[in-house]
Amino acid sequence: MEQQTSPSSKKGVTAIDGAMALIVILLIVQIWLVSATLETYLAGHYETALPGAIVSGAIFLACFGLYLFIERLDEEFRDH
Amino acid sequence: MSLFKKPSREPLWRDEFSVFSNDEKYVSRRQFSKFLVLTSLGMFVGNLWVLVRSWFPHKPSYAVTPIARAGEIPIGGVKLFPYPSLQDQCILLRTGDDTYVAYSQKCTHLSCAVFYSAAAARLECPCHNGAFSVRDGSPLQGPPRRPLPRIVVERKGDVLLAAGIRLES
Repeated sequence: MEQQTSPSSKKGVTAIDGAMALIVILLIVQIWLVSATLETYLAGHYETALPGAIVSGAIFLACFGLYLFIERLDEEFRDH
Repeated sequence: MSLFKKPSREPLWRDEFSVFSNDEKYVSRRQFSKFLVLTSLGMFVGNLWVLVRSWFPHKPSYAVTPIARAGEIPIGGVKLFPYPSLQDQCILLRTGDDTYVAYSQKCTHLSCAVFYSAAAARLECPCHNGAFSVRDGSPLQGPPRRPLPRIVVERKGDVLLAAGIRLES
């Protein structure tokens, strides 16, 4: 038998799915960034290392922020 | 709200390891996003590692080694020599009366040994038809995109010396 879900809970799950999708997109960008930075470093161009690290850090913080958002939503809608 | 661990009524081991075999296949959204964020942290650490390495670049020192005597090779002739280790074959070319150039013999595509083509006046790789300029080692055709590492050749009296490797990108 299908479990009854409240509309607010459904909304919460949708928000969590959206946040997860955003994390996945950011992660793909970050993986590309690491490989590009490493490639330029190995080619002897060191000037890309600093901006690469700054952007990578920003992406990590964004992912962590989204994770906290998921945690909060999950907790909120579980309690309801 | 606890940042890292939601207080649970279950003991920690039961929370992290499922007791029922069917539950082993189940990964919650929260767990999955935790893995994603940890991967993101790993990528960031990788970027930091590259940054730290770029602040302290490793500059290898090369020995100065005699490789040939001046006049030993005719103009347009070549001589193979190992540098900097016995496993690294290099090629020395005499391009003029008093001009010598030397390059690593490893093709920058897939490390096949390049040879000097006197007819085309260029270094060629037989594996994938790559070719490099004799003047500066830059790639002329085929799959190689990077120039051949250049061996610094110095002349001391009658002796030609290999004094380092210059990597150009």
